Amino acid sequence: MTDNALLSGSVSSLRQQLRDRAVSSEELTRACLERIEACNGALNAVITMCSEQALDSAREADKAIAKGDIASLTGIPLLHKDIFCTNGVRTTCGSRMLEQFVPAYDATVVTKMRGEGAVMLGKCNMDEFAMGSSNETSFFGAVRNPWDLNCVPGGSSGGSAAALAAGMAPLVTGTDTGGSIRQPASLCGVTGLKPTYGRVSRLGIIAFASSLDQAGPMARTAEDCAIALTAMSGIDAGDSTSADIPVPDFHAGLHHDVQGLRIGLPREYFNEDLDPDVRERVMAALSALEQAGATLVDIELPHSHYAIATYYVIAPAEASANLARYDGVRFGYRCEDPVDLEDLYLRSRSEGFGEEVQRRILVGTYALSAGFYDAYFNKAQQVRRVITEDFTRAFESVDVIAGPSAPGVAFQFGAKQQDPVAMYMEDIYTLAVNLAGLPGLSTPAGLINGMPVGLQLIGKPFDEQTILNAAHRLQSDTDWHMARPQLETVAP
Amino acid sequence: MSVSPQDVEKVALLARLAISESDLPEVTERFGRVLGLVDELNTIDTESVVPMSNPHDMHQRLRPDIVTGQNDRENLMASAPAQEQGYFLVPKVID
Repeated sequence: MTDNALLSGSVSSLRQQLRDRAVSSEELTRACLERIEACNGALNAVITMCSEQALDSAREADKAIAKGDIASLTGIPLLHKDIFCTNGVRTTCGSRMLEQFVPAYDATVVTKMRGEGAVMLGKCNMDEFAMGSSNETSFFGAVRNPWDLNCVPGGSSGGSAAALAAGMAPLVTGTDTGGSIRQPASLCGVTGLKPTYGRVSRLGIIAFASSLDQAGPMARTAEDCAIALTAMSGIDAGDSTSADIPVPDFHAGLHHDVQGLRIGLPREYFNEDLDPDVRERVMAALSALEQAGATLVDIELPHSHYAIATYYVIAPAEASANLARYDGVRFGYRCEDPVDLEDLYLRSRSEGFGEEVQRRILVGTYALSAGFYDAYFNKAQQVRRVITEDFTRAFESVDVIAGPSAPGVAFQFGAKQQDPVAMYMEDIYTLAVNLAGLPGLSTPAGLINGMPVGLQLIGKPFDEQTILNAAHRLQSDTDWHMARPQLETVAP
Repeated sequence: MSVSPQDVEKVALLARLAISESDLPEVTERFGRVLGLVDELNTIDTESVVPMSNPHDMHQRLRPDIVTGQNDRENLMASAPAQEQGYFLVPKVID
């Protein structure tokens, strides 16, 4: 088997090859590690490698396979976003604040995926504290998009998406607070799933906005996302917001039948602001589903317009509370020679956090401060309900809601860095899904001038199965998800 | 609503962030742009709407108050920037 075949294989095909003993986990893991070494200089997608640990886990997996002791991800290499705590392995969250932080425990997602036999290769670069849509805010430097090294990979899970697209691993994890899985999946041409809020435990995920954060998989196919989601999901005593709802086997539940599936197209997403090329690609993908038996229905989400304003109060407010823990005392960065405790707090935080993180802390602190709480935070929580009720009403007549994942293709470095509001618009089609706590998936829908575009499918709460099925059918009938960046161009 | 550099300094102090004099005009300008974006919330009537803090309106579950882990102070403190005899070290706070 050639390295290229290994490096572009899906989890489901690699799983079969491992079971058939056509390849060993050690060979597969070695191929991925070599790929990371070869490409990371150009891409900067991986912050920390765990080569020795990975090879040990791979050999364990090979022994298990030889004994027939095979779980859903046995021997499959993966990369975790560097927001998931990993026991004994540095976890930076893309920040100087946590440059030296070594957690004393694993995130539940990490524990569960290891329990299913996955082999952790290392940790992926990301926007600092997951705040960004371009990966330019990382303390460890920007990640480059393997489709065009002059362009951003999206964010905040941009390192994960770029690593996957470049063949560094067949499976990666991300988190999505306002679009951080779906937007980079769109910009890097991979499949990314943000599960329903509460589906996946947040224990050990460094907190950004606790009522919005959710972890999910990115992979080459919807089928692989179904396998990974089953492995990641479930109630956790360590996260009181994890949902006490049974987890189906999403992979066993996959089918090709979209006959009679009603797909809603919100008028507000397909208005005159939508880029004509993006519209054309998204509509082509939806036509493919229509030909397979789905029905396209025009719907309204009349308060969509308010999602950005609502999000940019709630997310910074929750972030300012969550990031208050970084005080330079218990863990994280501490400034040099503080003159007193106040100086220690002030300088540790302003030196340890980057510009975007500080801006969001300021906005959040302002929105929560005396005299402004009702006008901003309370008001935003009220509008959040109005936005959520739009979705509830729409789902009375449709099974899935569809739209673009991002307003355009990957943009060049620096293009949106001067204006925070321009950058925030990158998530215009994804934010409302987090506010309403719904599952959302991005699947490739073709290229514009050689750069990938994503179709977003939004499901009812806890109905990831339906959007996975629709994406699976689309991927069975079309080959947009098979498009890969020219691998040799990303070699150093 | 417009904000002044003094407003930003006040919020920065609440958030325990130090903003240098030279950065203050730009921080104020960009902060103001974000506030301009969120001011749009004032254009929607939410008179009788109940605020939503959890997207599924779920309530916090309580668990039995039982010990589940062992005291792991040494490991948990290993990432502290300064410590001595199991205590976090900070600059002198009482003269």
